[in-house]
Amino acid sequence: MTLRKKETLWLSGNEAIALGAWEAGVQVASGYPGTPSTEIMENLSTYDGVYTEWAPNEKVGLEVAIGASFAGVRALATMKHVGMNVAADPLFTASYTGGRGGLVVLTADDPEMHSSQNEQDNRNYAFAAKLPMFEPSDPAEAKEMLARAFAMSEQFDTPVLFRITTRIAHVKGVVEKDGREETAVPSIEKMPAKFVMLPGLARLRRVEIEKRMHALRELAETLPENRVEEGTSARGFITAGTSYNYVKEAFPEAAVLKLGMVWPLPERKIREFAATVDELFVVEELDPFLETHIKAMGISCRGKDLIPSQGELNSFIVRKSIDPASIGQFFEPLELPMRPPNMCAGCPHRGLFYCLSRMKDVFVSGDIGCYTLGFLPPLSAMDSCVCMGASVSVAHGMAKALGKEGEGKIVAVIGDSTFIHSGITGLINSVYNDSYSTVIIVDNRITAMTGHQHNPASGCNIKGEAAYAINFEELCRAIGVKRITVVNPHDIDATRKVLKKEMKSTETSVVISRAPCVLLPEEIRREKPVFNTRIENCTGCMACIRLGCPAISWNPITPEEAVERGYKEKQKGYSMINEVQCNGCGQCACVCKFDAIAEKGDD
Amino acid sequence: MKQSGNILFSGVGGQGILLASELTAYAQLEAGFDVKKSEVHGMAQRGGSVVAHLKYGERVYSPLIEPGTADIQVAFEELEAARYLPYLHKDSAVVVNTQKILPPAVATGKATYPENILDELRNRGINVVALDAFAVAREIGELRTANVVMVGAMSNFLSVNSQVFLDVIDKRVKKQFCEVNKKAFIAGRDLVYS
Repeated sequence: MTLRKKETLWLSGNEAIALGAWEAGVQVASGYPGTPSTEIMENLSTYDGVYTEWAPNEKVGLEVAIGASFAGVRALATMKHVGMNVAADPLFTASYTGGRGGLVVLTADDPEMHSSQNEQDNRNYAFAAKLPMFEPSDPAEAKEMLARAFAMSEQFDTPVLFRITTRIAHVKGVVEKDGREETAVPSIEKMPAKFVMLPGLARLRRVEIEKRMHALRELAETLPENRVEEGTSARGFITAGTSYNYVKEAFPEAAVLKLGMVWPLPERKIREFAATVDELFVVEELDPFLETHIKAMGISCRGKDLIPSQGELNSFIVRKSIDPASIGQFFEPLELPMRPPNMCAGCPHRGLFYCLSRMKDVFVSGDIGCYTLGFLPPLSAMDSCVCMGASVSVAHGMAKALGKEGEGKIVAVIGDSTFIHSGITGLINSVYNDSYSTVIIVDNRITAMTGHQHNPASGCNIKGEAAYAINFEELCRAIGVKRITVVNPHDIDATRKVLKKEMKSTETSVVISRAPCVLLPEEIRREKPVFNTRIENCTGCMACIRLGCPAISWNPITPEEAVERGYKEKQKGYSMINEVQCNGCGQCACVCKFDAIAEKGDD
Repeated sequence: MKQSGNILFSGVGGQGILLASELTAYAQLEAGFDVKKSEVHGMAQRGGSVVAHLKYGERVYSPLIEPGTADIQVAFEELEAARYLPYLHKDSAVVVNTQKILPPAVATGKATYPENILDELRNRGINVVALDAFAVAREIGELRTANVVMVGAMSNFLSVNSQVFLDVIDKRVKKQFCEVNKKAFIAGRDLVYS
């Protein structure tokens, strides 16, 4: 049992990073929500003395942070792993410019794709952009390393990458609280030789990058974050990030070289460590990043030949991969019905996807958000999902490929926040290049999937203070869309009519499907009707069941029971509404043709 | 006093697993343990199957419980008690709320909810403590305390004494809900004893 002296807290990795950013004297932070990074900005926005914002996308967020660094203060940009692809353009050149105030760019990777469309390993960005990268193993380390990262950024005139994964971001652990460092005084200082990246100047900075990386490689040899933990020499492990935890639990007796900075690598230290052990293992999640570079040093080691390169690791997988004989027996999983996520009861997206699910031969080009769940049965109304904003341009590309054949069959579905993130440019392209595709903006007034973050259309900033709200109709009109219709997706008949009409059009059309997310506080507070089933009228047609609402369930019955209930003998069951779960959207009443669903008290 | 242990919390998104696991973690911290907890946000929270791993000990490295090593499982729903069977061992204790929430395939008539699912655990020698946490919470007069009833029941399997939990509730729960949550904890704890 340990005695604790300093003030200790129990924080998630993301809470610890927010605290660390504040302690490090960060004065400007910008990001776009994305699991598992979202809570960093949310938490940081509650601290005094630091300006925080939600940016419309990660590229903008990083550029804001670069600007703050140019003005001489410490700045942080946060994003999920795929967000770094969007921010890659400024990232690669910020590597050339460096900054004035410390600049840390945080990427939250999602091995196992708990809430992502791919599981790219963003350590590769450190190599590609020629930037140092830190990777902590738990919340406490995350906070400590962030301070180091800011100091390094200033000392070596470089942006510093900071990589976490889901098992850092959403793991809670004991963290010690420190005070805040003195913050810098911002100023304007013109430094064209490093801030203006015209070819002639960029070529000079290119040389500086090599000098910087050389110096950082030297530093890596003595950096306390790269440490050897003594142990038995039969097996030695080189590891980093959360994989370190798994090695410590799977092989507690073994010698470990723990790398806190995963790029650039300390070659001499690695070589020395390798020489002290009989067999060297590199344990890392996803790509053989460390392994490849260690092998390139001419050091032999085992890694991805034993350990999976797909999905998350844990101590069990590490042990099983390296020492399969040590694995004991455990219970086999049972065959059970799956419980995938679902749109909430009363979700406005459901009404829209119900309409789309009833249309034959229509290709729904989807996007990233809660509405991606429209893919799941029984709605099954999404046919592609690539990345943020892709719905609009993929639909346009399909339309151009299909020509006349595809008329009336191509529709894009994109959320309000996703549209702002990167759908607008796609829509400009559709109008400019004369597309017949229909773009449906599902506008639920919030960035919902990541847990209700405000965005430039929601009317509030990150702190919940009033802000200008984009008017989508005006925006679409300004970029040249002539056909713009607003529908209420809870009104299924009206929505279907509008969709049919707009999809027939041979010019670009926009349908704004607008109704607030049911989980918004004002929606939760709102007095709502409750719908219930008039069971005697139910014919078992399953129209309401095809909505896939979690508040509606199917109750199978035998022919005898059917007769007993006064139904036709062949009726296989009836629907029931769980009144506690019902959010009163009324979509089920819309689709019921037998007057078997009505507002409670409306009998 | 047991020097380390693993507790798995499982249920359906929105059932209050977060608060239950937080209270448990804080009680273990008060008792002087190092504690790590892992959970998943985002997509998984939309009514899907949700799990939180809690590990305590002198020094906890991995935040994830290995298969076959969960000493206690707190399950808020029957199917979600059975889903994580590979994490259990024959001496595990499973405290389960006897609620059934139909997964989509069952609600839409494509699959059936397995009957007597808890027997699958009992037949493997696992100690299953089934209780109707909602009934207990209803008696207390606040349905939303069902998750704390579960924590109370589970606390019987930990060496931390109940006063530690009650103090944690005082510290961590909003003032106006403290008393009712403490009642819920005690009711849950007594339920397993009796």
